[in-house]
Amino acid sequence: MRLAHRVKLIIEISATVLPLTPPGTGNLMDALQAVLKNPPINTKNQNVKERAEALVLKVLSSFKSSDIEKAVQSLDKNDVDLLMKYIYKGFERPSDNNSAFLLQWHEKALSAGGVGSIVRVLTARKTV
Amino acid sequence: MSLYSFGLEPLSCHAWNKDKTQIAVSPNSNAVDIYQKKGKEWNRIHVLMEHSGRITGIDWAPESNRIVTCASDRNAYVWTLKDGVWKPTLVLVRINRAATCVKWSPLENKFALGSGARLISVCYFEKENDWWLSKHIKKAIRSTVLTLDWHPNNILLAAGSADLHCRVFSAYIKDIEEKPGPTPWGAKMPFGEVLLEHKDCGGWVHDVSFSPSGDSLAWVSHNSSISVADANQGKEVTHLTTDHLPLMSVLHVNETEIVAAGHDCCPYQYSYKSPGSLEFVKKLDIPKQSSKISMSAMQHFQNLDKRATTEDDDSELGTLHQNSITQLRLVEGDRGNVEKFSSVGLDGAMVLWDFKQ
Repeated sequence: MRLAHRVKLIIEISATVLPLTPPGTGNLMDALQAVLKNPPINTKNQNVKERAEALVLKVLSSFKSSDIEKAVQSLDKNDVDLLMKYIYKGFERPSDNNSAFLLQWHEKALSAGGVGSIVRVLTARKTV
Repeated sequence: MSLYSFGLEPLSCHAWNKDKTQIAVSPNSNAVDIYQKKGKEWNRIHVLMEHSGRITGIDWAPESNRIVTCASDRNAYVWTLKDGVWKPTLVLVRINRAATCVKWSPLENKFALGSGARLISVCYFEKENDWWLSKHIKKAIRSTVLTLDWHPNNILLAAGSADLHCRVFSAYIKDIEEKPGPTPWGAKMPFGEVLLEHKDCGGWVHDVSFSPSGDSLAWVSHNSSISVADANQGKEVTHLTTDHLPLMSVLHVNETEIVAAGHDCCPYQYSYKSPGSLEFVKKLDIPKQSSKISMSAMQHFQNLDKRATTEDDDSELGTLHQNSITQLRLVEGDRGNVEKFSSVGLDGAMVLWDFKQ
């Protein structure tokens, strides 16, 4: 039941994210909020986690460098911690496309969440 | 604020005597050094050598003038001053792992010892046989007990442990004390009863502290957060995540203000008023602005040659402590109104801080 719910949620979020090819960048902020809702923390299903991670990275990569700071400011404390978790998850699989934007996001998230948010990525027992 | 350096070795723990003229510290070894204050200097007057393992906890009972020490050699000793010499008495704590922390109870008729054996040993003196006995609290504890704090009623004991839980136990020993009255934490308090168990504090619970009235309990855990459980409000827990490095020690300075310090080498003040309102107030260490002495051209090029940089020497931290703070202790004032507190750290320094409302 829970898996079905998760997959449904991912499909819904994909619906908001997929149409976001430039120049349609109007609701990137909404996409970020949507994709950080209901993270697959409690599930043990790797597929769900991987799809969620892919979605988040897709949203993060669609942002322009100048918009990243504003986007991070719009998040609350818990969302910044969650964003840090996804950033480090993204670091685990570095590739030519993702390192650059991930590092930019990391810099902005760090100034918002401080080293405490990184400590919470390391100490979290259940993670994305 | 004043800093005194006890050498290069990290100070694992410290304790003050009643009039705060003597301090017992352990320089990360199996010895306890007792220093006496003389003007601005501290002179070593005693060295307590009995343990064979690294000392992990020291507590000095102010009224009865006894020191209890515990170490990684699975032992605890109670020291009494006889004719100007400290004499140790072994306490049978019956643990098969290292002891991690020790605290005298408020009335000093017993003390609690946390250990890696997943239990708390509550020890009291039995007059008939003239020795210290211990009773174990094992219920619910799944890993090393890292920190302990006594409730002002001499019965309740808070424990933070490495199984990520924070608990409040009853340490009521019927042989030596009266049955306690009900408190906001609970009414029935047989020995070993769990009155609060907060699961999953996010990380190892490094330190716990009861408020002066005992009605609320604060703890700091390794996920850089500080939390408070309020007994008067149905034991509701309020968390606050910080953006500093994890805090290692927490101390109530009065009923609402809490001071905590840790790996950021600097004490922070937090305020708790009611469930949901735990806030950061301020940093207590104002780094002194190092005066930028204008460098001569010669120094400029010397720097460039020696260190490949023309910037100022940045190798010192801006805070008084140059390494993590491991423990905070009350120095002046009483539990309800702390005016001065001390901190020791891995840099071997002890700093006295003034607290003003």
